Amino acid sequence: MTHRIRVLIAKIGLDGHDRGAKVVARTLRDAGMDIIYTGLHRTPEEVVTAAAQEDVDVIGISLLSGAHMTLVPRIFELLKEAGAEDIPVAVGGVIPDDDVPRLRELGVASVFLQDTPLDDLVKRIQELAASRQSR
Amino acid sequence: MTLNLESLAADILKGSARALARGLTVVEKGGVAAEALSERIYRHAGAAHVVGITGSPGTGKSTLARALARLARVRGLTVGIVAVDPSSPFSGGSILGDRIRMNDLSMDPGVFVRSMATRGALGGLCPAVADSVDLMDAAGKKLVIVETVGVGQDEVDIMELAQTVLVVSVPGLGDDIQTLKAGILEIADLHVVNKADRPEASRLVADLNSIAMLAAPVQRAWVPPVLSCVAVREEGIEPILDAVTQHAAALRNSGEMESRHRRIVKARVLRIAQQLLKSAIGNPGNDSEAMLGRVARRDLGPHACARVLLASMAAFNEASRDAADPLRPPQESSAR
Repeated sequence: MTHRIRVLIAKIGLDGHDRGAKVVARTLRDAGMDIIYTGLHRTPEEVVTAAAQEDVDVIGISLLSGAHMTLVPRIFELLKEAGAEDIPVAVGGVIPDDDVPRLRELGVASVFLQDTPLDDLVKRIQELAASRQSR
Repeated sequence: MTLNLESLAADILKGSARALARGLTVVEKGGVAAEALSERIYRHAGAAHVVGITGSPGTGKSTLARALARLARVRGLTVGIVAVDPSSPFSGGSILGDRIRMNDLSMDPGVFVRSMATRGALGGLCPAVADSVDLMDAAGKKLVIVETVGVGQDEVDIMELAQTVLVVSVPGLGDDIQTLKAGILEIADLHVVNKADRPEASRLVADLNSIAMLAAPVQRAWVPPVLSCVAVREEGIEPILDAVTQHAAALRNSGEMESRHRRIVKARVLRIAQQLLKSAIGNPGNDSEAMLGRVARRDLGPHACARVLLASMAAFNEASRDAADPLRPPQESSAR
């Protein structure tokens, strides 16, 4: 009867390293969430379609390639096209400090850097999911 | 989130993908809204052919679902896929990874994929699966594929949901005695031997065929064929989809479609009734707690208690539903 938080964890672009994404997926799973994991090398189009079909509460994007300022804006464009702009987007991975405010300006709800404690991550995802639920 | 079920149902029937996604969330959440949405959708479903794919973990069920969906699209059918993966028995969370094998389907608006967790269900499916299939069906998907969790030998709930059941096997998991055992292999309408480029695939095909021959042929209008494929390379998929079509035709011609449908409906109603009973026992709105106390004190037998509770539940559930669903059409409630 209760809603279980649904989170899409996606790796986009040419980036073959998914250990971080797997740690996050596993951590959120152990916090009782349903995690839809897309695997490596996804396009923004695939990620947004998956998020819309799965009706997730949060999209989590992992990037270590440095292409975040190119790929993340595309995600927001596509979410709008899909009528799914109510889904909050979190970004994690290797993100230079200077880019964090720029990502926030684009509409990214949270940026998780490598030193984010896992408990904080869980708490923040729960907050993001709750904010969408109450919308 | 405020939700207008009437307009949601209408948008689902119009084929809106976003409405379908939201509707699936509603039915997965369960409760009164799920029931109300299901009741609105149900009469509009029934046109789709529902195919179940089951088999052990790692046999290639998701990859086969993708391959079948792609071929069905070439043949002009729209496709819905419900892919089930297990919930953790500890945290209740899950990693739903079936989509990884189907990522390219996202680029085709004629295919809708939804991942679901088992939520403690033991038969290989999840509690909301039947309602989810109806939603996809009512949204216009002509082929609905339900992929079970990776199963062992005994999770056969899919036969009470799908019109055609594919059991996927791979070479290397055991000898001919494994194919003789009761359980999952018995429910196959079609045997698929995946990864058929591996050694001993032909042996497995022969074993499965010989088991099919052992069954008394006179009782059966349909002998389950054994078909080989390499799903990841999309080899051998055409004969499988052909066999699904032939099976549907055979069911219709022999009249078995109707009896199978009755069996599916009966199992579904029974599951819902069990769920209602489960949620009513222990609910403070009735006297079940007091009666359970009497059973605990051995003042009342468990069988007698169950019968009395069942009788009183009927009245209780009726009252609780009327109170809880303000959207119920007025003519139904006034008729009572």
